[in-house]
Amino acid sequence: MSVPMDFSPLWISLITAITATFITFFLGLGAAHFMYTYHGRMKVWIDGILILPMVLPPTVIGFVLLVLLGKNGPVGQLLWKLGITIIFSWPAAVIASTIVAFPMMYKTSLAALEQIDKDILDAARTLGSSEWRIFWKIAVPLSWPGIVAGTILSFARAIGEFGATLMIAGNIPGKTQTIPMAIYFAVEGGEIKRGLIWVAMIIAIALMAVLGLRVWSKNRLSVFYCMGDK
Amino acid sequence: MKLEVDIEKSFPDFKLKVAFSVGKDTMGILGSSGAGKSMTLRCIAGLERPSCGYIALNDRVLFDSQKNINVPSRNRKISLLFQHYALFPHMTVRENVEFGLQGLPENEKKARVSEKLSMVELTGFEYRYPHQLSGGQKQRVALARALAGNPDALLLDEPFSALDSYLRNNMEKQLIKSLSEYHGVSIVVTHNLEEAYSICHNLVILDRGKKITEGYKENVFQYPPTLAAAQLTGCKNLSKAKKAGENAIEAIEWGCILKTRQAMPEGLSYVGIRSHHLDFLKDNSRENTFLCHVIKTKEMQHITTVYIEIDKNCLSRQLLQVELLKEKWDRIKDSSSPLFIHLDPEKLFLTCE
Repeated sequence: MSVPMDFSPLWISLITAITATFITFFLGLGAAHFMYTYHGRMKVWIDGILILPMVLPPTVIGFVLLVLLGKNGPVGQLLWKLGITIIFSWPAAVIASTIVAFPMMYKTSLAALEQIDKDILDAARTLGSSEWRIFWKIAVPLSWPGIVAGTILSFARAIGEFGATLMIAGNIPGKTQTIPMAIYFAVEGGEIKRGLIWVAMIIAIALMAVLGLRVWSKNRLSVFYCMGDK
Repeated sequence: MKLEVDIEKSFPDFKLKVAFSVGKDTMGILGSSGAGKSMTLRCIAGLERPSCGYIALNDRVLFDSQKNINVPSRNRKISLLFQHYALFPHMTVRENVEFGLQGLPENEKKARVSEKLSMVELTGFEYRYPHQLSGGQKQRVALARALAGNPDALLLDEPFSALDSYLRNNMEKQLIKSLSEYHGVSIVVTHNLEEAYSICHNLVILDRGKKITEGYKENVFQYPPTLAAAQLTGCKNLSKAKKAGENAIEAIEWGCILKTRQAMPEGLSYVGIRSHHLDFLKDNSRENTFLCHVIKTKEMQHITTVYIEIDKNCLSRQLLQVELLKEKWDRIKDSSSPLFIHLDPEKLFLTCE
């Protein structure tokens, strides 16, 4: 290898994915809670829009974000006036990852919430609990395995994000160049060996996340599942 | 202590319309499944919103569709005991009972939890999880949890349906004791007659969303006003009937003319008598006594059910069921003399469709 290895894509990937997962955890859980309690006519439509980032090609997400956040876009212009440029910066990478990871968190935790016995929540209501307390004390603990699974899936999706990130964050080494980006440009530049190192690294991270989930679920979930009586 | 309920709830294929008031005596709501019993409780507890009507507890208006009042469940001070207990599976017994006691100081919480757990005889189970308890114990935790916050009303939805008969019996005793010590309004929903009779003082009978009768349990059982009420209170002998004189009716499906004491109701269409009120005699010297033939018998542990007919030529024949102690039947069946059946006019009741 002629050029010494630059490890910045690893740190950028990890920090971007962790930040995006952190944001999407609350956004997804909040959306799941809202949809769990909402029974209006728009339910099907709202649900469709919320899972759209999962079914659309990432380039479409990137395109839409570019239009919104670009210098001529409505949000972009507002930020421009405040002296902030989002496009081709690290926050843009976080935004792209957050949006593509969001449906994983939302769908998985909504499915987990819907598994809860409704009588348990009703019992809490008759015992004088506010909806807020019921959500954090009853609903979240009881759907915890699903919420954790959703978080790990979100992380996996966020760390693998490529298309939308490339479009709005670009490939700036040391700033927005993540591992998937490094792989693509290494291969494009004919540096197969370098590409191979990054591929091995991302496989290792993905495996750790999945195996971590398994080990965790063995220790925690088994206790959890036998608690659910009915 | 008074709960007043007068509500309607409409669904595309079902309409619930009930009105009753409950005082200090335990009220039972009896009805077959799908009659709207649980829905009534859920409306009172504030878990469902009635389409229209009025609910008030001790002069506190909980729901009034005209004034647009709908107090949320958490502020109603009404506890509901669920059929499948609905304990919080991730919390210990102690945490479950404590759940409704927010805002109380820690030492008071502790005292309340131990008081309620000793009431249901579960002292020492504080740190168990629900999955470590038996069905009966879960039910008792649920009762302790429901009563911990000293609610103004306690609603029980099919409290024993998930328990086997032995536990059911024990729990029934415990519940009767707990209810006698409880000073709020209590309502028990059930489809089980014995349960309703042994726990409750007054009964409301629901059929397909409508109240068909209400009153003191003995009266409800003695004089069910309609055919559905008679069936729901477990009457097995019912025959189409028509007037046949001043104080007499013809029981069409039994094939006999019967003297009655009850005033002839408007639109009389059925006559009924409970199977344990029928009596075998050796002769027909008393009124309403007929020669009868035994068709078949069914033996239970202590009780024998004897199926008899009075008139063989009756067209739309219906067998009468007589329930009596096994020993008594054994004595009767061995004697060779003809058998007569006595339908006590005091015990006969007349009902409408």
